[in-house]
Amino acid sequence: MPELGRVALIVCLGLAAYAVVGGALGAHTRRRRLSESAENAVIGSFLAALVASGVLVAALVQKDFSFVYVYEHTSLELPRSYTLSAFWGGQEGSLLLWLLILTGFSALAVVLGRRSARSLLPWTVPVLGVVAGFFSFLLVAVSSPFATQAAPADGLGLNPSLQNPYMLAHPPMLYLGFVGLTIPFAFAMGALLARRGDELWIVVTRRWTLVAWTFLGFGQLLGAHWAYVEVGWGGYFAWDPVENAALMPWLAATAFLHSVMIQEKRGMLKIWNVLLVVGAFALALFGTFLTRSGILSSIHSFTESSIGPWFLGFIGFTVAASTLLIVSRLPLLRSKTRLESPISREATFLYNNLLLVAFCLTILWGVAYPILTEAVRGEPITVGPPYYNFFLKTFGLPLLLLMGIGPLIAWRRASLRGLGRIFAWPIGVAVATGLLLLALGAGSSLPGLVGYTFCAFVLASIVLEFARGTRARRALSGGSWASALAELVGRNRRRYGGYVVHASIVLLAIGVIGSSAYDTTREQRLARGETMAVGGYTLTYRGAVQRRGANAMEVRALVDVKRGGEQLGTMQPGKNSYFAEQQVSNEAAIRSDRLNGEDLFLIAEQIRSDRVFLKVLVKPLVNLIWIAGLVFLGGALIALWPDAREQRRLALRYGRQEVLARA
Amino acid sequence: MSIELALGALLAAAVVLFVAVPFLRAGEGPRAVELDQDVLVAAEERDRALAELKELEFDHRTGKITDEDYRALVQPLRRVAARRLANGTALPKETAELPSEQHFSASSPPSSRSKR
Repeated sequence: MPELGRVALIVCLGLAAYAVVGGALGAHTRRRRLSESAENAVIGSFLAALVASGVLVAALVQKDFSFVYVYEHTSLELPRSYTLSAFWGGQEGSLLLWLLILTGFSALAVVLGRRSARSLLPWTVPVLGVVAGFFSFLLVAVSSPFATQAAPADGLGLNPSLQNPYMLAHPPMLYLGFVGLTIPFAFAMGALLARRGDELWIVVTRRWTLVAWTFLGFGQLLGAHWAYVEVGWGGYFAWDPVENAALMPWLAATAFLHSVMIQEKRGMLKIWNVLLVVGAFALALFGTFLTRSGILSSIHSFTESSIGPWFLGFIGFTVAASTLLIVSRLPLLRSKTRLESPISREATFLYNNLLLVAFCLTILWGVAYPILTEAVRGEPITVGPPYYNFFLKTFGLPLLLLMGIGPLIAWRRASLRGLGRIFAWPIGVAVATGLLLLALGAGSSLPGLVGYTFCAFVLASIVLEFARGTRARRALSGGSWASALAELVGRNRRRYGGYVVHASIVLLAIGVIGSSAYDTTREQRLARGETMAVGGYTLTYRGAVQRRGANAMEVRALVDVKRGGEQLGTMQPGKNSYFAEQQVSNEAAIRSDRLNGEDLFLIAEQIRSDRVFLKVLVKPLVNLIWIAGLVFLGGALIALWPDAREQRRLALRYGRQEVLARA
Repeated sequence: MSIELALGALLAAAVVLFVAVPFLRAGEGPRAVELDQDVLVAAEERDRALAELKELEFDHRTGKITDEDYRALVQPLRRVAARRLANGTALPKETAELPSEQHFSASSPPSSRSKR
């Protein structure tokens, strides 16, 4: 079987090389058949990557330890469900997953592009080929998943942190997001290479960006939940370099999704938008580099490898080549229109973009600083959470505020009188909320109080937008309030889907603020029968139990929990000692209160039958973070849902030209 | 030769054939057509002006824009829209008549073509 995998990867590399050379030649000489042949090469590369992936999956399922990769990432005792997560649990497998998703997305982009953007494909295909070629080359020549050996009796097993249901979804989601950003990048570069000054590339890639952005955002939330329930340190986001690596392209893509609206509505920010697309793609590559190179200490850096220089070289090439191309096409990208007023919707979008990019760059600096200091001084200087938290507050709070301001302001310009009228309600709600929270004692954290006041402002402005829009729609078409609301959303899915996403960000902010600014933490050694009180809970240690799990020895501390005299049950924090992997994992116990969204989080150390060391965290409103994920997904789906009216409008705009190109 | 290598060779042959399909078609291959950038950009500007006007009307209706602001914004926008529509009439007639939404979305109902 390994030979088939190797041949499939070599075929994939050959097809990618052909897509680059044949595609570029076809585009340059305008030879249709050559271009179509290069497009077919992109589709064929997906088939080859699929075969290679099938071989690896088959080897994993059969636990064929003659494959070095299977030996290093599985064991006989590893439950079958986690055998699949071993596919992306190591470097070679995750690179193969990158290639599989990349070629799959590229093939889909070519098939869809033949119907909607025929004229853009000739120069887009070579760009897709370059990226696929790079990953194929790594898998063929640098880091092959098909290296073989004499089969040992058992494997080394999978990292215990990866033996969690979330690991079946979190890494693929992030990869779908990372890789998805290749498509907008390729179309943007393809449009520039073709010297196109129109906006077809934006129309074609808007949905691709939204899909990648949704996967990346939801994947990060899944990762946060994994960290919360599995890593067992009491938090969900630690500003780990690899977490940052996923956050940065998401921020860049968020900025793009907003600024692209300014280009569509006002014809502005063309250069900025191309730069954001390049930035988001380069940051996605950087994220993969951070995860896979092992250059920084991270809970995600499961291995150190030699692919780092290759990645750095490719990122450098991508940024340099894109920048040169953009500079050479500047006359095409100059906007005819200018910002009319600093108080307008496009201006708030611009402020939003500046804050998002500034936040992204400060994170990038924090991630790169240890690498640079190590290169210069020979010793890395780590940047800790206080650095990132400072900038989260500095940029995050104004961003939150802008989410409430932007949608209510008109395009072009707004008068101060008009603003007073529009914002009277949201400001009133925000001030009332702030005063109420102050009276309830939320003043213990000033950033928390300000954050909640801003959240109230944004929620009020979103509700107002829906209410005013529904009322206006009902006045126009009659019918019930529900049908008017459905019609309102249906007629402008991107806008109202976007508002739902904004609501999810507010929920996220409420959860993050509640669980970080108003949490309670206490650590105490408890003897058997002894009690401790924290955050309204009373905890009593009852002793320890030990049992044999499927692939680990499990030790659990038994802790009785009471609140206000009511017995809430027994929680069992503990440790798992994995047999094959020879590693110990922390197994936190979490009790969620669905009524108030609060979590009681227990970590047990030094577990003995007569005593235990307990770390207890009470985290208010933390459950809103996970609910925010579902709302986010709902909003993204609304925004993504195809709009027949818009499709017809776009068909009218570009259809004739595309038919001419096909003729 | 092992079965694996035979399967690999089969895969390689299949994709080579697939890549060669465009060359196997009879006749001379057509050259790619350069799109008329001016036509496209004019169509984009026309659509942008109309969308702005439509959005302004709706924002005014929802109360987001005061009457004074509306009056100040609507006239220049109407002039721009009229100018761009006039430019649009100079475009090839087919640009506005071609029923080609299927090229953008498979989800568009076929009957919608006849409505236009």
